[in-house]
Amino acid sequence: MHIPDGFIDAKTAIATGVIATVGLGIALTSVRRTVPSCRIPLIGLAAAFVFAAQMLNFPVAGGTSGHLIGAVLVTVLLGPNAAVLVLSAVLILQCFMFADGGVTALGANIFNMALIAPSVGYGFYTAIRRIAGDGLRSRLFATAFASWCSTVAASIVCAGQLALSGTAAWGVCFTVMTGVHMLIGIGEAFITTLVVAGVARVRPELFFERSQSDLHPRYGELTVYGLLVSLGLCVFVAPFACGWPDGLEKVAAALGFEYKATQSPVFGSPFPEYAVPAVKSAAVSTVIAGCIGIVVAFVLAYLLARFLTPQGKSGAGLKSEDDSCHAAPSA
Amino acid sequence: MQRHLLNPYQHRQSPIHRFPAAVKLAGAVFFVFAVVLLPHSAWPAYAMCGAALVLVAALSRIPAIQLAGKLLLVEPFAIGIAILSLVQKNGLHVFADMLVKSTLCLFCMVLLSGTTRFTDILGVLRHCRIPPLLVTTLALMHRYLFLLVEETERMLRARKSRTFLRGRLFAWRSSATVISHLFVRSSERAERIYSAMCARGWRT
Repeated sequence: MHIPDGFIDAKTAIATGVIATVGLGIALTSVRRTVPSCRIPLIGLAAAFVFAAQMLNFPVAGGTSGHLIGAVLVTVLLGPNAAVLVLSAVLILQCFMFADGGVTALGANIFNMALIAPSVGYGFYTAIRRIAGDGLRSRLFATAFASWCSTVAASIVCAGQLALSGTAAWGVCFTVMTGVHMLIGIGEAFITTLVVAGVARVRPELFFERSQSDLHPRYGELTVYGLLVSLGLCVFVAPFACGWPDGLEKVAAALGFEYKATQSPVFGSPFPEYAVPAVKSAAVSTVIAGCIGIVVAFVLAYLLARFLTPQGKSGAGLKSEDDSCHAAPSA
Repeated sequence: MQRHLLNPYQHRQSPIHRFPAAVKLAGAVFFVFAVVLLPHSAWPAYAMCGAALVLVAALSRIPAIQLAGKLLLVEPFAIGIAILSLVQKNGLHVFADMLVKSTLCLFCMVLLSGTTRFTDILGVLRHCRIPPLLVTTLALMHRYLFLLVEETERMLRARKSRTFLRGRLFAWRSSATVISHLFVRSSERAERIYSAMCARGWRT
């Protein structure tokens, strides 16, 4: 999802640059305010950790392989503010040292992968944990679903930026980017959940938690990040979503794409091009297909969490999980 | 693994290497912005930019094959996104235009990272009043990157020498375990680093 130079035009670059700077500034000040100085080296090392973890390949079908993205993993382990800082550091280093992601697109990349991904992930993670309870299973379930959602959300905003820059038509961009990242998101959810389960087995006290005395969780930063996310959606996605059926039909008419789309479903999914066949309007059918995708991801996340948690420990807190780990002979 | 990829800087005796890092960084950023802001299909301008880059590359005395290899490594991502632009009116035009622009910018960044140490770039950032917390994070990350990658390699080698891979699910689980152990180890290392930093009089 790293956008190279030349794909983002001036207005989009400036808009994303400003939003990314503001978001990074907020993250920096709240890290300085809330994180004790003994955790500062951990933030730097976590950035190096994300980089090293991204180099590990996971075999997917047919000789291809994928790797971890790590937004939700860092958010779960270090908290949202530190995650924004860590992921921005990774992107800046990749840009200047490895020419991975452009300089003019740095704002866009930071906005998509270091602001949207962790804040969307953190939002879903906390929401599910509040509903599903405090046990290991709810943590894994929340992690799996949050990582899928954050990957897809980042890809939607990325498609919006590319379309706004005139790089590609919104219909094509959105369909391809979101479609591919709905699949990548499944892999990301799997890896993140497995890693979180691994950390929970060995050192459960390492997870980021709000302190127990903090009965009223601070909604301040959640509001700020929520505002940033909605601002991004307004600027980059809303213009297309409003004139959606119109734009999509225009593209389809211009290229005879409509015919091709019905002929060959891109990923062999039951909803080719995200259009449920019976529904006429493109916007409505896209919404329906998206909802079905979310429900499928939700169920998959729950099944994965069930599969990874040993029987009879679903309601147990992390303490007992830790004890049983010491009692059991480890490999 | 990819040790030569991890450190793009190549030490040579050349005028480009001797330039101050601030000048090179500012020049590279200016160049990239200029290329991106060029009007569509300004082919003579593209050619001039390319010639300038080739001149700098020749002066830097980095072998052309290595530069080309680095460029080929990052190019597929650009092509992947550029393909999306083919599906629109006069898509081929936009496609060629963007591919040339992004290749020029990539070449520029490859040259910058080949001739400038990242620590020097960090020094420039520190001078530019970038928040110290961000610079500290970047510096720590750059310092421990190689260490953690080596640690990952060691863990992978240990795993390979002790297990046979029984199918994909097992491979995923064990790779994920390697990552989670890597995190545990990095957080333990961070604690040690903090004590060492304090012992040497570190202040935020």
